[in-house]
Amino acid sequence: MAGLSLNNKNALNPPLWLLAEVTYSCPLQCPYCSNPVDIANYKDELSTEEWLRVLREARKMGATQLGFSGGEPLVRKDLEILIAESRKLGYYTNLITSGVGMDEQRISAFREAGLDHIQVSFQASDEELNNFLSGSDSFRHKLEMARQVKKQGYPMVLNFVLHRQNTDQVEDIIKLAIALEADYLELATTQYYGWANHNKEQLLPTREQIKKAEKVAHLYQEKMKGKMRIYYIVPDYFEDRPKPCMNGWGNVFLTITPDGTALPCHSARLIPGLDLPNVKDHSFEWIWKDSPDFNKFRGYDWMKEPCSSCDEKEKDFGGCRCQALMLTGDAANTDPVCSKSPLHSKLVEDIRRIESNAENNIVEKPLVFRNMRTSKSLL
Amino acid sequence: MMNKDAIPTLSRMFRFQWEEAQQCHVILYPEGMVKLSQSAGEIMKQVNGEASISNIIQTLSDLFDGADVSEDVIAFISEAEKNGWIELK
Repeated sequence: MAGLSLNNKNALNPPLWLLAEVTYSCPLQCPYCSNPVDIANYKDELSTEEWLRVLREARKMGATQLGFSGGEPLVRKDLEILIAESRKLGYYTNLITSGVGMDEQRISAFREAGLDHIQVSFQASDEELNNFLSGSDSFRHKLEMARQVKKQGYPMVLNFVLHRQNTDQVEDIIKLAIALEADYLELATTQYYGWANHNKEQLLPTREQIKKAEKVAHLYQEKMKGKMRIYYIVPDYFEDRPKPCMNGWGNVFLTITPDGTALPCHSARLIPGLDLPNVKDHSFEWIWKDSPDFNKFRGYDWMKEPCSSCDEKEKDFGGCRCQALMLTGDAANTDPVCSKSPLHSKLVEDIRRIESNAENNIVEKPLVFRNMRTSKSLL
Repeated sequence: MMNKDAIPTLSRMFRFQWEEAQQCHVILYPEGMVKLSQSAGEIMKQVNGEASISNIIQTLSDLFDGADVSEDVIAFISEAEKNGWIELK
């Protein structure tokens, strides 16, 4: 979402960023997936016609960036139709994919349909770890798909989600991206929601790991200037100010989940007391402008102390509502990543415990891979 | 100094378009967007891979009653090139 210019202060902004999670099905089983752990509960998916209607309505409201995500969006057989219509409507269309389910022909069909950009995600820079983390034999296929994306003239964005198991590989990851001639490299830090939160004990990197990785990333950012843009963000757990999550609730971002639920962020479903409006029942305009959910944490009036009187509230909007809920029990609290939060020390303590377990190889909970079977067993 | 015979073209990675909801021109790229000012939008509209910088200055000057736009055009083109939005041939 880099580069979107924002203004939360004045009139209601358009929902510039629409994320279409078209399915929860996925051939991969990454334990850091940000989908909810109860994916097995959501069998219904919007039909092609329903998606097309949503895309038209959202575009009318000013949505510009459109991400097709999931699950694995390639599972949807009608993806070409959705892309073609989106391009016609004037969206900048992003396909966020593992590459599994794609081949040379499909990449070219997407191009014809008008797809602007494909982001291919990898799990690691080497085959063994990549295939272990994704629970699939996918590394070589991903390499081939990345090459095809480049060859067929798309801007190539590679995405690696970083966590304890692969953070030490960061230099190899960057070298792989250089070899594949990526235009952008996203070294995306794991966000601890959904499956990732369930597996936090196993995934949270140590401060030492992060320090090293950061140094390497900055070195290459300088070195690759003008050739490849490298995005690297330190996990916010280790910061003392929270991230401006979603650039503010109901400010620029809207997710539609596979069953048509509209959410102000991917994880919002876990916040109690939300109505969870569905595009099957409501117009997109009503959902964005008037629905109680999208107004719940919009702007600044909902804030409690220390946020409400804080001179930095317009910078970070009090951080992340879901994180506030998960770590403090109340979504309206200050994100405890903030050192001004009275619960910040609790978070720091928790990180220390996880770090110390990591250093001593103590496994309190085994890594759970994301699939429908484990989802059912966790329900 | 910028060579005024150079021909700017939009880079492969970017798209330039009018956004009705925001009443401005924008440049779009993977997962991002830049809103352009009115004058920047007018300059970008002339970038078509055929017109040189001096052509663009002339066209805009004619459009705006003979105003001297060369400084604005050169400043914007050099900024746009620095950001990778356009390439100069």
